[in-house]
Amino acid sequence: MGLLTNVINGVSLGSVYAIIALGYTMVYGIAKMLNFAHGDIIMVGGYLCFCAVQYLGLPPLVGVVLACAGCTCLGIVIERLAYKPLREAPSLAVLITAIGVSYFLQNSALLIWKSDPKVFPSVVKLPTLSFFGGQLNVSPLSIVTVLTCIAVMVGLTLFTQRTKMGKAMRACSEDKGAAQLMGIDVNATISMVFAIGSGLAAIAGVLLCSAYPTLMPTTGSLPGIKAFTAAVFGGIGSIPGAMLGGILLGIIEIFAKAYIGTELADAIVFGVLIVVLLVRPAGLLGTFVPEKV
Amino acid sequence: MSMLEVSDLNVYYGSIHAVKGVSFEVNEGEIVTLIGANGAGKSTTLNTVAGILRPRSGSVEFEGESLVGVPAHKMVQRGIALCPEGRRVFGNLTVRENLEMGAFTRPDDEARETRREVYERFPRLKERRHQLAATLSGGEQQMLAMGRALMSKPKLIMLDEPSMGLAPILVAEIFDIIKSLNDDGVTVLLVEQNARKALSIADRGYVLEVGGVTKTGTGADLLHDDDVRKAYLGG
Repeated sequence: MGLLTNVINGVSLGSVYAIIALGYTMVYGIAKMLNFAHGDIIMVGGYLCFCAVQYLGLPPLVGVVLACAGCTCLGIVIERLAYKPLREAPSLAVLITAIGVSYFLQNSALLIWKSDPKVFPSVVKLPTLSFFGGQLNVSPLSIVTVLTCIAVMVGLTLFTQRTKMGKAMRACSEDKGAAQLMGIDVNATISMVFAIGSGLAAIAGVLLCSAYPTLMPTTGSLPGIKAFTAAVFGGIGSIPGAMLGGILLGIIEIFAKAYIGTELADAIVFGVLIVVLLVRPAGLLGTFVPEKV
Repeated sequence: MSMLEVSDLNVYYGSIHAVKGVSFEVNEGEIVTLIGANGAGKSTTLNTVAGILRPRSGSVEFEGESLVGVPAHKMVQRGIALCPEGRRVFGNLTVRENLEMGAFTRPDDEARETRREVYERFPRLKERRHQLAATLSGGEQQMLAMGRALMSKPKLIMLDEPSMGLAPILVAEIFDIIKSLNDDGVTVLLVEQNARKALSIADRGYVLEVGGVTKTGTGADLLHDDDVRKAYLGG
């Protein structure tokens, strides 16, 4: 039963990584930039939900919606102020800016919410489910997390494959110049992707903080880096890749913790990434598009 | 009054003066071609009309309104479509999705109707509508690029090197299609390296040399012009 418990925990943690990784991968796909501030949006989402529930006494679900709305706006504003002016700049300049935005968010959080860890109230308040006469206990949060992840995946797939805006997003990811000739407003499309990614980050933040209930200004950093790893693992730019990468990363992490050692878990996670990239440089589901000359 | 009027257009790439005082006009219902060697500024001129590049000076007027400063993504709504050099189809989108993108600014029901017309004009695209555009042959991709441009129901279609890299039989087919588009009332501004073909279907032509217009005339006149024959038609 221990094995099954670990699988469930792994998939659950991986689902959170997957939701964060989707934001990384979609932004990379369209803006060809690594938004290292994405992890800190998770933290902001966590704090917004925390404030709504703890200080305003709102129901958890309303807190989640508020966090989502807040982060969506934050994502749009960050893109507009920090990244849009650098659209034609070398990618290194954009990367440094993203790191700067990340520290800006962390320090702002430090200023507003102070450095002492907040105890995050779980948004899922259901009793633990027991199977096989108490041998297998499944936390309802795990189920909610996995279901949310599935819903996000299905929703995003439908959006990108079926709707006009979703197809325009794919068109922009491939060729912005040609996309604007179609009458697609490329800047608005990039804004939309930041909005979606940041909204998802807020959801991930709430789920993450519910599972690991200490909330600090640096809470988003490590999950952000891991989710970025997951996105690269699955093939950056690929939505199913981010999903697969996230879940696998979660499972590897939990298994490494359970069977090898907590201290080594992160090293093993990144070790696996290195091996995968040696064998498949584009990631599991990524494809290398050769540069046309 | 001419449909498109470009006067004294100057475009720079950084410090390079790519288009030097180019002037030309396109009247409604015409096929007008810009011919000239590599680097003569033909594509730059089209890209400037399309709003991708900004001119340093000069004017571009379409149906009496200035196009200078209008962003590229607002052009299709004004009735101008550019079919860019190198086709630039969306390889990861299906043929049908590419066509849908061409009609991005139009309501879905109108787009469906236009898509039917495009399929009639290019039956091959209909056969391959569920295929990814990247899997099409060069000729099919060119047809898709043209079909995609037509999806916006343009009054003026600008074609940048539509015959580039195609086998002779396909080149002939592409030019037949351009002619038939024009017969159906679409005004065409054509940039071509294949000057002979371009002039043979064009009402009028302009010869561009290192950035400026050096000659203009009807397609037939230019075809028989000694200088043009020597420089662009192989004697």
